[in-house]
Amino acid sequence: MSKKAAPLDYLSRWPLRLWLVLVAIFLYAPLLTLMAFSFNDSRRNIVWQGFTLDWYGAVFQDSDLLTAFGNSLTIAAISTVVSLILGAMVAVACWRFRFPLKPAFEGALALPIVVPEICMGVAMLVFFSRVMPWPDDLPWPFSLGAIIIAHISFSFPFVAVIVRARLASFNRELEEAAKDLGASEWRAFMDVLVPHMKPALIAGALLAFTLSLDDFVITFFTAGPDTVTFPVKVYSMVRFSVTPEVNAASTLLIVVTVLLTAIGLKMQGKDVAKMEGGQ
Amino acid sequence: MAEPLIRIEGVCKRFGDFAAVDNVDLAIEEGEFFALLGPSGCGKTTLLRMLAGLEVPTEGRILIDGKDMEGIPPNKRPVNMVFQSYAVFPHMTVEQNVGYGLRIDGVAKDERAQRVQEALGLVKLDGFEKRKPDQLSGGQRQRVALARALVKRPRVLLLDEPLSALDAKLREAMRSELAIIQDKVGVTFVMVTHDQDEALAMACRCGVMNKGVLQQVATPSDLYEYPANRFVADFIGSVNLFEGKLVIDETSQALIEADGARVWVDHGVTGATGGTVWAALRPEKIELSHREEGGHRPPVAAGTPEGANMLAGTVRHYSYLGSETVYEIEAAGGRMIKVLRSNVRRYEDRGFDYDQPVWLSWSPQSPAVLLS
Repeated sequence: MSKKAAPLDYLSRWPLRLWLVLVAIFLYAPLLTLMAFSFNDSRRNIVWQGFTLDWYGAVFQDSDLLTAFGNSLTIAAISTVVSLILGAMVAVACWRFRFPLKPAFEGALALPIVVPEICMGVAMLVFFSRVMPWPDDLPWPFSLGAIIIAHISFSFPFVAVIVRARLASFNRELEEAAKDLGASEWRAFMDVLVPHMKPALIAGALLAFTLSLDDFVITFFTAGPDTVTFPVKVYSMVRFSVTPEVNAASTLLIVVTVLLTAIGLKMQGKDVAKMEGGQ
Repeated sequence: MAEPLIRIEGVCKRFGDFAAVDNVDLAIEEGEFFALLGPSGCGKTTLLRMLAGLEVPTEGRILIDGKDMEGIPPNKRPVNMVFQSYAVFPHMTVEQNVGYGLRIDGVAKDERAQRVQEALGLVKLDGFEKRKPDQLSGGQRQRVALARALVKRPRVLLLDEPLSALDAKLREAMRSELAIIQDKVGVTFVMVTHDQDEALAMACRCGVMNKGVLQQVATPSDLYEYPANRFVADFIGSVNLFEGKLVIDETSQALIEADGARVWVDHGVTGATGGTVWAALRPEKIELSHREEGGHRPPVAAGTPEGANMLAGTVRHYSYLGSETVYEIEAAGGRMIKVLRSNVRRYEDRGFDYDQPVWLSWSPQSPAVLLS
């Protein structure tokens, strides 16, 4: 090495660099394999035969798969919006107010996070078949209601936990200052508290969206014959054979999530830039 | 007399059994710079927050401009506050921060921009409009908070420990600057502080609080020279207290027989009931002189009873502070007495050193007699 590394400059030493590379391989090799084989010109997924885009064509002609994909995105979008509002409201309530049984309430809130998914799934199945059967003759997207409700129930606690953690660092005097300067309760909330919560809201939204998009277990128990989501559809396709069509569909899903995450992060960054530029 | 701008009548604030503010009566005049002074936890900030409407009194009422403030929320009161943490909105620029209150009030854009400019000029922050708070120093952030409150042209500006987060040099500069700004805008300032120097230097009048009770309201010099009780005497500056009984109490003189000292004053004591009294003697009001075997005693005022206003002692410790030196003198009975001596000359033949015998003496005008 030509330059001497500073004491805490670990990244310029080879053992750590090697470790970094190994971690990257461990994380991304399976995904890259999946993507690569989506271009494989063979019905089998084992041996590379040559490059083709046929499987993508097949995906776009498979109307069942496309419907499932649309269902998944719709469910994820709606459940994200509702989870975000509900989670943020719960977080603010827990942060701001003291009420009887608050510790019990906060504990109950974390339950959907810790309860095994399979239990949640079975519970949802029982609930929607016995307690509150979801009518199956509703027009789309109302037919997705049962799944959306199930997804909201397991993703809004994540939003609440993230926002609650963010609120702990809020300086109460900021809100008091806003009120002192003439803001009503609502204005102070929108002008001071919401901007403070914003990073947590974005993180929570991304988490809720991806949780919903790739959920299989709970969805499997709540989905009806006409309300199949993408993961459930892929599962049923794999039961027959793992064709490169599945790979192609999965690659598309990865691209969509990465794109959405990038947009989310960019929005966050743009916002900071906008504020620094002074409107 | 005209109606005072702020009238606080019998205000109490209780948290459970604890009275943070206990039956406070106070009137603050228009244009005054008033300081609420007291140790931490004495209720001064709670009182200030009740003026702002951020806390609600348990009992009593607060009138601002003759209007009862009960039930009026903070955003509807003619007061604005500078918070201890400054509470500058981190996601807004300086300009947006200062203009926030005006925007809420629906002030037109042109007028808003002009008033923001004026306010920024007042606190000397021109050119900082587009900065974000994290690009400002602590002192600059405080100026933003000040401009943001003043731009709304409040009847009263409330300041919660405005200087406590600044470093010593800046604090001193801000003291006079705040006074100048107050003079310029003519707004009534009510400041809370635990720093007695700050209060004495800036305020027209101070209220000293302890344990929720307002102990004394007076001008800075009256607080220092005529403290109402032992707490005030001790809290403002430093003091030597002699506990004793009144043995002479006439209209033109009084003599206190304290343990180890006889204190004679040239005025009568009003309100004494024959119980314990205290003589409070400021360190700078005691004269130090050399004591030698068979040497002369220091001169005392005519008419001083034998042995009064004089003590024999020995220098035990001193701290040289540049402009002055603080001596700690052990008097008879092991009692330590603080004496402050200005270093008027650069060098002196006969300074005082450790273990040197000295005389302490004072004039009959110096001690303040306290009844509680």
